[in-house]
Amino acid sequence: MTLIKKTLTASIAMAAAVSMSAHAEISDNEVRIGYLADMSGTYRDLAGPGGLTALEMAIADFGGSVNGSPIVVFSADDRNSADVGANTVREWIDQRNVDMVAGLVASSVTIAVTKVLEENNSLGLVSGSAASSVTNEHCTPNHIHWVYDTYPLANGTAKAVVEQGGDSWFLLTADYAFGHALEADVTSVVEASGGEILGNVRHPFPTSDFSSYILQAQGSGAKIVGLANAGADTVNAITTASQFGLTQSGQQLAGLLIFLNDVHALGLEATQNLLLTTGWYWDMDEQSREWSERYFEEVGRMPTMVQAGIYSSTMHYLKAVEAAGTDNPETVRAQMAEEPINDFFARNGRIREDGRMVHDMYLAQVKTPEESTGEWDLYEILSTIPAEEAYRPLSESQCKLVQN
Amino acid sequence: MTMIFGVPMAVFMGQLTLGLVNGAFYALLSLGLAVIFGLLKIVNFAHGAQYMLGAFAALLGFRYLGINYWLALVLVPLVIGGLGMLVERFLLRRIAHLDHLYGLLLTFGLALIFEGTLVNLFGVSGARYATPEVLQGGLNLGFMFLPTYRAWVLVAALAMCLFTWFMIERTRLGAYLRAGTENSQLMQAFGVNVPLLITLTYGFGVGLAAFAGVLAAPLYPVSPTMGSSLLIVVFAVVVIGGMGSILGAILTGLGMGVIEGLTKVYYPEAANTVIFLVMILVLMLRPAGLFGKEA
Amino acid sequence: MTESHVLKAPSVVAKRQRRANLRRNAFYLALIVLGLVAPFIAYPVFLMKILCFALFACAFNLLLGYAGLLSFGHAAFLATGGYTTGYLLASYPGLTPELGIIAGTLMATLLGVLFGVLSIRRQGIYFAMVTLALAQLMFFVFIQSPFTGGEDGLHGVPRGELLGFISLRSNMAMYYFVFAIFLFGYALIQRTVHSPFGQVLKAIRENEPRAISLGYNVDAYKLVAFVISAALAGLAGSTKTVVFQLASLTDAHWHMSGEVILMTLLGGVGTLLGPIMGAGLVVSLQHILSQSPLGNWVSVMLGLIFVVCVLSFRSGIVGELGAIYRKNFK
Repeated sequence: MTLIKKTLTASIAMAAAVSMSAHAEISDNEVRIGYLADMSGTYRDLAGPGGLTALEMAIADFGGSVNGSPIVVFSADDRNSADVGANTVREWIDQRNVDMVAGLVASSVTIAVTKVLEENNSLGLVSGSAASSVTNEHCTPNHIHWVYDTYPLANGTAKAVVEQGGDSWFLLTADYAFGHALEADVTSVVEASGGEILGNVRHPFPTSDFSSYILQAQGSGAKIVGLANAGADTVNAITTASQFGLTQSGQQLAGLLIFLNDVHALGLEATQNLLLTTGWYWDMDEQSREWSERYFEEVGRMPTMVQAGIYSSTMHYLKAVEAAGTDNPETVRAQMAEEPINDFFARNGRIREDGRMVHDMYLAQVKTPEESTGEWDLYEILSTIPAEEAYRPLSESQCKLVQN
Repeated sequence: MTMIFGVPMAVFMGQLTLGLVNGAFYALLSLGLAVIFGLLKIVNFAHGAQYMLGAFAALLGFRYLGINYWLALVLVPLVIGGLGMLVERFLLRRIAHLDHLYGLLLTFGLALIFEGTLVNLFGVSGARYATPEVLQGGLNLGFMFLPTYRAWVLVAALAMCLFTWFMIERTRLGAYLRAGTENSQLMQAFGVNVPLLITLTYGFGVGLAAFAGVLAAPLYPVSPTMGSSLLIVVFAVVVIGGMGSILGAILTGLGMGVIEGLTKVYYPEAANTVIFLVMILVLMLRPAGLFGKEA
Repeated sequence: MTESHVLKAPSVVAKRQRRANLRRNAFYLALIVLGLVAPFIAYPVFLMKILCFALFACAFNLLLGYAGLLSFGHAAFLATGGYTTGYLLASYPGLTPELGIIAGTLMATLLGVLFGVLSIRRQGIYFAMVTLALAQLMFFVFIQSPFTGGEDGLHGVPRGELLGFISLRSNMAMYYFVFAIFLFGYALIQRTVHSPFGQVLKAIRENEPRAISLGYNVDAYKLVAFVISAALAGLAGSTKTVVFQLASLTDAHWHMSGEVILMTLLGGVGTLLGPIMGAGLVVSLQHILSQSPLGNWVSVMLGLIFVVCVLSFRSGIVGELGAIYRKNFK
């Protein structure tokens, strides 16, 4: 009896001590960061091992420790599988007391992981995912979405294209939730800007041969062929379009979700003059170039906006931990939202209550082979989309953290 | 404008043509599988990976050795086919006496190794392989703009199919091959070196996959995963045609290309699935496939 | 003398049989104790993953090892169980997890009947290909249907309260529930294999024409085996969904059908313990590799294991160990 009582009081005291210390200092005297990303599959070149390098650069630049507590990194390959990702993070939290999870690429993995983070009250910084639902219907107080999402991509590109006179569209949509969402966003933007959608085709995900769909797009007579798909599908669609002389016959392509590594893989011959929206570009200005050249030294490729975002978000996190003097997720989350974000990556950045980090986005055009001066000289930045206009306004949000 | 099934005639013809081009690819790939299955009774799960290796060999050969497209079209099948012969000689032969399912499992493992290794070496974004200059541009067929290269693929693939068919069905070497399939012990007794014949056949089948890979290189981004999604489609083609049937593989390949092409117009969502539906239906009605012999 | 010998023989055989039974029971007891103690030593969620895949592999092995049928579409059952359970538990908060799991298993069973009727008359490679094709059709259904969440997957499945009053939120409680399910599934397979039904299955595997000539309705036997296997694969999928609180397309992809073959082959086809060992090893390997600097090489490693197994360890770990045991201790 007494023994039970004794252990009980002891454990209560211990629990109290633990919870008190969590507010006051850094747990385990280490800041533990887990890097979860696709290291071997489709999104490897987008984030992958390069993203881990960016994360390690941020830690090294920060000095390797916060207020004397060393920063420790774990990393894992989620193999684009939601259950592998969710499990890994659950184990990191249960077994290793990981304080923050960075990376997070495929949207299915991210949504699964953020549920685990919410349940265990931990913190995640999402850099790779595209789905705008991550901070909309799937928002949690435990994660921040850093780099971009489909809303500004569709919005920025579609609006700009219609303004330039591309008022009739044909859409190639990847036939799954993500493609459908993108299709809906584009349709509403095009119609709101005075354009019209002449037709669309929903192709299976994934598709390697786009010739049939390109032919249908050519037959539609639309001025603009919009690609509401991603990754390999977009790459294949663009290649096929260039083989079929889509642009020569007077039509133009609009990529809605396309990354630097895609353009690099496709080559300028096939992608020239393509309009796209991006969250960041390595050759954007002096600051970006400087960081990117350091990254290039390490990796041998220029960074994508996701890899740059991993550095930026990690740096902002570490500064918040330092300022708050603790790695308690709630405190750090609040501290991160206090500080505006202005670094080589983000301009006019701030974290909204739904977890969306809004910052200036850029409308870019892919250079022609004649204009390009090097392997990685790929984009020309045409204009800036101000942070407050780029993202889905909170008034339209379905996030449970937003009071409407 | 004339309409066919609710689509303009021109669009319909265009889709039919594209279906044939894709079908020629399927025919070429399933032909290799059918040849291998016919003699070795192995379901070559590494076929997709070997196709991918063909495309990569063309890409790397150009990048580092300056081998042009035409030379690659000849050299790459020989090199990758040679690699295939090594695989047969040192791996597949050791399990030849066992249940055929072991061959399937072994080649599945090989496919994982090839793909995984190349992913680590080259990433997955894929690289572009330039279309040879002579074949750039396109042909105006009246109802569509057909890129010259695709027309070339159709011609080259069909020619290769016919050549293979002729070799196997009409020559002495082919007769040995077919006889070896029927009764290898008897052939051995007649003094034919059956093991060598088997090695050569596997090498030839792999060479066909590599040839298709080189043909595909200018069409699709060359990436380590380019073969794995194609693989199960090609399997379905072989099964529908009747496993081991040369003519069956060729005709079914073309036919499936057309059916898939038309599905892309009428119900694009199901374009990846329609072949499996056809396969189930065919096997319900004809268990040995359209051109297969009943066991 | 001859007479006494004849009289003695049965008792010797019986004694030997009893001793073998005793040994086997002791062995199983040890395994159960190990299963009960394991969550205090290793991370329970990791163990649950192994148990789910072990059950999946055992179900697959029932078909391959005892009926000689290689299915290349078993992922469809795993996913059907998982999605059904996940959808029901997520949409009807009042539903208890065991009812959700039963519903998922039933759906997989129904699908098993359908697949079985369509495929069971085909043999060897044709059977493998038909099951693959059917599984591809199911993949299409999953990616098209709104209830699966498509690419995003089905998330936020509550673990809920077992029978309405035992909370499964803690990993420990969940573990023992999963362990119980696993034991149930395993016992069912064990009973099936050792029953007269199982003996007929083995006879069919060894010599189908002879089994037919003996008057057995071979197709009916195979169909029943197929349906049991599908049901247990569905049970594994349903349980997995409750444990991880999500269901995703990974489970429906044909790579998953390949993975379960690997597990069974590695552990030992046609042995009762093999698939468990195989699942344990493959899951651990993936787990360890994915968090190590060699993480990018997981698929290459799996491929190597495939090749080495087929070339040199065809009877799998358990099979090889069994051979060593018989050689040295008998």
